[in-house]
Amino acid sequence: VIAMWALLTLHRWIIHSGLKICCMLLSTQSTEAKNSEDIRCKCICPPYKELPGKIYNQNVSQKDCNCLHVVEPMPVPGKDVEAYCLRCECKYEERSSVTIKATIIIYLSILGLLLLYMVYLTLLEPVLKRRLFGHSQLIQSDDEVGDHQPFANAHDVLSRSRSRTNVLNKVEYAQQRWKRQVQEQRKSVFDRHVVLS
Amino acid sequence: MDNQGYCGESFNSLQSGTSDEDMVEIAGATLDFSVTDDVPPLDREYAGGYNTYTGEGMNGTSKLMDFLDEPVPGVGTYEDFNTIDWVREKSKDRDRHREIASKSKESTWALIQSVSDAFSGWLLMLLIGLMAGALAGGIDISAHWMTDLKDGVCLNGFWFNHEHCCWTSNETTFMERDKCPQWKSWAELIIGHSEGAFAYITNYLMYVSWALLFAFLAVSLVRAFAPYACGSGISEIKTILSGFIIRGYLGKWTLIIKTITLVLAVSSGLSLGKEGPLVHVACCCGNILCHLFTKYRKNEAKRREVLSAAAAVGVSVAFGAPIGGVLFSLEEVSYYFPLKTLWRSFFAALVAAFTLRSINPFGNSKLVLFYVEFHSPWHLLELIPFILLGIFGGLWGAFFIRTNIAWCRRRKTTKLGHYPVLEVLVVTAVTAILAFPNDYTRISTSELISELFNDCGLLDSSKLCDYINLNSSKSSNELPDRPANSNVYTAMWQLALALIFKVLITIVTFGMKVPSGLFIPSMAVGAITGRLLGVGMEQLAYYHHDWVIFKGWCTPGADCITPGLYAMVGAAACLGGVTRMTVSLVVIMFELTGGLEYIVPLMAAAMTSKWVADAIGREGIYEAHIRLNGYPFLEAKEEFGHKTLAMDVMRPRRSDPPLTVLTQDHMTVEDVETLISETTYSGFPVVVSHESQRLVGFVLRRDLVISIENARKRQDGIVSTSHIYFTEYMPPQPSTSPAQLKLRSIMDLSPFTVTDHTPMEIVVDIFRKLGLRQCLVTHNGRLLGIITKKDILKHMAQMANRDPDSILFN
Repeated sequence: VIAMWALLTLHRWIIHSGLKICCMLLSTQSTEAKNSEDIRCKCICPPYKELPGKIYNQNVSQKDCNCLHVVEPMPVPGKDVEAYCLRCECKYEERSSVTIKATIIIYLSILGLLLLYMVYLTLLEPVLKRRLFGHSQLIQSDDEVGDHQPFANAHDVLSRSRSRTNVLNKVEYAQQRWKRQVQEQRKSVFDRHVVLS
Repeated sequence: MDNQGYCGESFNSLQSGTSDEDMVEIAGATLDFSVTDDVPPLDREYAGGYNTYTGEGMNGTSKLMDFLDEPVPGVGTYEDFNTIDWVREKSKDRDRHREIASKSKESTWALIQSVSDAFSGWLLMLLIGLMAGALAGGIDISAHWMTDLKDGVCLNGFWFNHEHCCWTSNETTFMERDKCPQWKSWAELIIGHSEGAFAYITNYLMYVSWALLFAFLAVSLVRAFAPYACGSGISEIKTILSGFIIRGYLGKWTLIIKTITLVLAVSSGLSLGKEGPLVHVACCCGNILCHLFTKYRKNEAKRREVLSAAAAVGVSVAFGAPIGGVLFSLEEVSYYFPLKTLWRSFFAALVAAFTLRSINPFGNSKLVLFYVEFHSPWHLLELIPFILLGIFGGLWGAFFIRTNIAWCRRRKTTKLGHYPVLEVLVVTAVTAILAFPNDYTRISTSELISELFNDCGLLDSSKLCDYINLNSSKSSNELPDRPANSNVYTAMWQLALALIFKVLITIVTFGMKVPSGLFIPSMAVGAITGRLLGVGMEQLAYYHHDWVIFKGWCTPGADCITPGLYAMVGAAACLGGVTRMTVSLVVIMFELTGGLEYIVPLMAAAMTSKWVADAIGREGIYEAHIRLNGYPFLEAKEEFGHKTLAMDVMRPRRSDPPLTVLTQDHMTVEDVETLISETTYSGFPVVVSHESQRLVGFVLRRDLVISIENARKRQDGIVSTSHIYFTEYMPPQPSTSPAQLKLRSIMDLSPFTVTDHTPMEIVVDIFRKLGLRQCLVTHNGRLLGIITKKDILKHMAQMANRDPDSILFN
């Protein structure tokens, strides 16, 4: 139950925190000094006479991003440098590896949490419920559309167990309601093919 | 709709959805009277009534009942899968606005409130732009990484994709731009070397396994948490914006699952795009953020204005095209688009584009993966191949729509639909197995498109750009037309195979139970065709430059034909053929390229493809899916050309029992409850009496049910034999008879009526323009029947010789 409460608050928190983290990243990007690994000047030089094409990478700042600074060692003798450099194209590029790292890690953690929750819901929860409450009080949230007192069972089960706080009651109630909604949606979409076919 | 009895069980089985419906659970929970903090409009005449009561000094019980008849929370809301009443919502909003404006003169606090109310719309747009931009940036970065995960892993930091892994490396060569020691393919990691048959097979197996894993995760998550997250979502959003309610479709679980599974689905190599689902994601953001503002949370019509803007934001972040996004929302998605929404949508789209740019998912301040920048001119004679591409786009669009709808219908009706997870896995397996051998299908579709759009210069070393360079003294930008080398011919037939593969596999992929979009695959088909035609034209012009058609403008040594432009025009043609977009398509394409020079070819291709496709089949893909699902969407672009009259469409027909009405003062609670439980109508007209049939108003079933429930619980003395009054003044009752129930506040006093001889053209026009849900039909001033939106849709289906029973919802 504590796990359920934690998961429920967590999912509400995820939305808000995702937004906060993104805003934070945006602000940190502009304020912190640029990691020297995250800038580069990339010069692409096409084949020239007998020389093959080559790509040069260096992390210099934007004002130094031209052929003369980046192409080292210069493969052509002095009088051909200008002709060679004329065909090269140099571009200054920036990235933020912090953003990439943070995004991937957030994504994987959310994915992992969702997978764990899914495993819990499909495999562990019925086992736990059966062990704690016995078959007779199994919450019949799954198969009935328009059942008469869906919360009676929930309240029943909750009241017979050890005394719980109001918060946990609300959590249980909210989770049951959510599960029923998903069940309804699944019926419309997957079984009856009424919506979204 | 199921006939749900109303005592105690009605709302618990209603789909009281997500937090946007902190709804009335009357059985068991407490009613929250603090919900309404703005003056509900129906209370106005109440306040007046209250004053007259106190003024005349009536007895205490009626005063008490007036006091208790505050608006019951739940009255004025809608059931799931029902249409809203646009007129009611708009008038609620106008009343609220008037109230605030009149109060603002009273005190500074009220003035501040009125100013903040006016600004809340702009603040909401800002928040939507930020949130959608951030989510889109996250989706882009994650999708790039996961797509490359099928090929290998970066040893520098597992979170880098291939391009970023080799970003700082000095070992990249001109021919192999992505080679570096830090990026290890799976073959290198598992068996140690990267060349040879064994390595190829290992790579192949790993590719297919990763694709299957991603697809399996995607479909399981969709199935377990948010079944509404599958598909593209644009058809359902179109229906929602026209007034339909689908609870939970734009909720937070749908948002989370759609975001996560979109990345998984795109990375698994399936032939789908992420633009359509991004529109859904943006609309979910819009819906969720609406809950922060009372003005938008309570009013369904205002909320749909926000959702129109959110749809524009979705396309804006998908393509990096804010103007195109607004036009897309205007043309394709929205139903009512007031001018105020235009400005606000543009603002939101710009904010989102700016947010996306600062997250910088592509590393070089580009917004979309295929931002191209060539400006080479085109010649008037090239309009002929462009028009040919348009014709191809139209033909392909019509073909795709027909086959996709047939496949979806098969999925809906036969056993194929019983195995969604298996279907996804099989399609992924087939896609991955067939895609790996061909270089052009192995890479992600966006990369393919960007490679095809790219014009070949000296700096490019891909297979497609392997031309024979004759004189090596020119700079890289204006290369003349050159003869193709052998690699180009290899690339051509590989592209042709890729074309056939994509055409066939997209039919099966779109509509599966994972988030899937259609824009990128259509553009890919068009781009491949365009490039093939472009290279063909280029070689033709080079080898036969003395033909009369090339003589004037394509002399040898001139750069006359740009295959990249043909690819762009082809992409626009195919996308236009499938979705039937016009202006928005051209604007999106030219925002993608940044060149105003290409508007004429794009327009020519888009128009041709639309005409050809319209000649074959009238509807675009989204309208076709709406029709397949039976949503009650009254198409605003279709003309109703038949000469039927209102009395031909209205219910009850000649053979049906007469119209079920309520009388204004002769009914008891028990009568009404019986009526409600015996019928499934969602509303009842109220007449003066059964003999006179003169109309008083219209009352909705949901409001009746809620009010009677509430009265039974909260008011003293309301029993089954209590009388119900819809009149303004209740007659005095002896104290022995049970208390009376006044329900005038839930009645709509101004229902729309037409006479029975009104032509159906006018009736359909009224429904479209006002957003009505039902309309009463009178004859010589007496109530005769009712026409609902569903009746109109069934009638239109019948007139077009379609099955009228395919309209499922109300």
